[in-house]
Amino acid sequence: MSTSDRGAPPARSPNPPRQSPPLLEIEELRVTFGRTAAVRGASFSLEKGETHCVVGESGCGKSVTALAVMGLLARGARREAARLEFAGQDLRALSERQLSALRGDRMAMIFQEPMTSLNPAYTVGSQMAEVFTRHRGGSRRAALDRAADLLARVGITAPGMRLGQFPHQLSGGLRQRVMIAMALMCDPELLIADEPTTALDVTVQAQILRLLAELQRDLGLGILLITHDLGIVARIADRVSVMYAGEVVESAPTAALFAAPSHPYTRGLLACVPVPGKVKREEALGSIPGMVPRIPPGFTGCAFRDRCDHAAPECAGAVPRQQAGAHEVLCRLPPGWAA
Amino acid sequence: MLRFALRRLAVALLVALTVMTLSFLLTRLSGDLAISIAGAGATPEDVAIIRRAYGLDRPLVAQFLDWAGRAAVGDFGDSYFFKARVSTLIAERMPVTLTLGLTGLAIALAVSIPLGILAAVREASWVDRLVQLVAMVGQAMPSFWLGLILMITFGLRLGWLPISGTGSWEHYVMPGVVLAFSAIPALTRLTRSGMIQALGSDYIRTARAKGLSRLSILGKHALRNAAIPVVSIAAVQLGFMLGGSIVIETVFALHGVGFLAWESISKNDFPVVQAVVLVLALIYIALTMAADLLNGLLDPRLRAA
Repeated sequence: MSTSDRGAPPARSPNPPRQSPPLLEIEELRVTFGRTAAVRGASFSLEKGETHCVVGESGCGKSVTALAVMGLLARGARREAARLEFAGQDLRALSERQLSALRGDRMAMIFQEPMTSLNPAYTVGSQMAEVFTRHRGGSRRAALDRAADLLARVGITAPGMRLGQFPHQLSGGLRQRVMIAMALMCDPELLIADEPTTALDVTVQAQILRLLAELQRDLGLGILLITHDLGIVARIADRVSVMYAGEVVESAPTAALFAAPSHPYTRGLLACVPVPGKVKREEALGSIPGMVPRIPPGFTGCAFRDRCDHAAPECAGAVPRQQAGAHEVLCRLPPGWAA
Repeated sequence: MLRFALRRLAVALLVALTVMTLSFLLTRLSGDLAISIAGAGATPEDVAIIRRAYGLDRPLVAQFLDWAGRAAVGDFGDSYFFKARVSTLIAERMPVTLTLGLTGLAIALAVSIPLGILAAVREASWVDRLVQLVAMVGQAMPSFWLGLILMITFGLRLGWLPISGTGSWEHYVMPGVVLAFSAIPALTRLTRSGMIQALGSDYIRTARAKGLSRLSILGKHALRNAAIPVVSIAAVQLGFMLGGSIVIETVFALHGVGFLAWESISKNDFPVVQAVVLVLALIYIALTMAADLLNGLLDPRLRAA
């Protein structure tokens, strides 16, 4: 599908003739910044209307993966992939102009920093309206009306008044709601949310998550949610991919992952989260010693081996990708070793 | 916005008062005015007569209040040297200086803003380095030298432009370019650094994620935020151009306020000196205030401050 036929009525036919391609399909994605490999062969896919969480510590390549999908990597970054498709369309083949026609229209993104992600010099209404007029044309008035509807939809009271306000007049939670509403202006199929609640108060976090889950259900949005918070994953994800040092080390449907985490890193992450009723009061919470290493290009073996309790000499060699149904693990340990 | 504007106005008035006092005091500090007006061969009686005639024998405070009271309504008295009203002298010459200054600023902005944006967009490339080199050379070049080179090249050799006087718009081209050259380096660098900072910000990432056009990202989202320091410095530069264009007015024989200031200083014509200093300072204050207001329009957060 090229951008030229986007004017034709419904680009997304409700009854695809054959099985439609996944909304997002990433295979062997690699991103390098100079001597640092930020993403090293990450693969996963996202179906229409699905919520896929990518979890991991800071610096493990989650955000870079998201930015690579959107084509928003900083200058100097190198992106390679065996496959990078959005609704069957090869993102690698698109020019910047074609890509920018997709961005904000069919795929939208919200960020971790609601305080700085809106332009301080323009009103909320102006920033929301411009996405719509850019991709759909029409009058500014019509765009502002849609903006007001969406502000109401994301739970902002007095939306008409908010349109005339500047970002600095809003709280962090409100700004993130504005970002979400702005992302929805053109009815995207894919919403990438990069740690959307990290910078917010706990109570506001819960509201925003509930909102995302609701929107997902009502609008059939595919959501790629990046987070380091396993509590969030458990609540809203259909599927989880755990990233470590630029690789997806484990990927599974949410229930399966929580029931039988297989990668030592996943198990380590889970041990760091207190579960009411499971963790005894006197018991210390788990922690993973060390931090995510910087991986130079050409690195081989398991990147987690220096921090892993189960490391063995063969971990320095090629690591097998093992699959049991929908559950994939990148580890030499046999599936179900921990059971 | 109105409260913001009123607050800025109050500050501006205070500064104006301070400048009035200073400009009055400075001329009195430069020696006994009666002696210097009387000239070298004057007798003590002559000096005494002059002192009384000009009211210099009265207490300083009385002299100041008298002068300030009249200056407030635009009456700066008579020039000792030109035998004309000071206000007339300044009014006659102000158009030349204003035309020159505004021409200079317009040229400077027209050159430095595109250059600064270009350098920022191509940060750390050869384009960026070239722009910075040009800015550095511009800064190092003395304006009288550049003026003379231009006169020789375009005035004498090629005969394209007149080299002195104020008869037509063509007379302002070369002095305008020379004046602009003094402002271009600072404005280019500020535009460049402001744009680099803006382009690296989260809201630009958002703008790109929204799929906006490059023009909108650069011109609407980045430039508006990068413009604030540029506006402030452009106002200061225009102040410099209006008040400090003495060298260029002399080189190109433009009889503007700068030239008048230079003449009256050398002739010890202190009513003129006082008035010129005051008028230029007031223009400066007005420009700073205008820049503040413009910045308030550009960035809503400044209105609250």
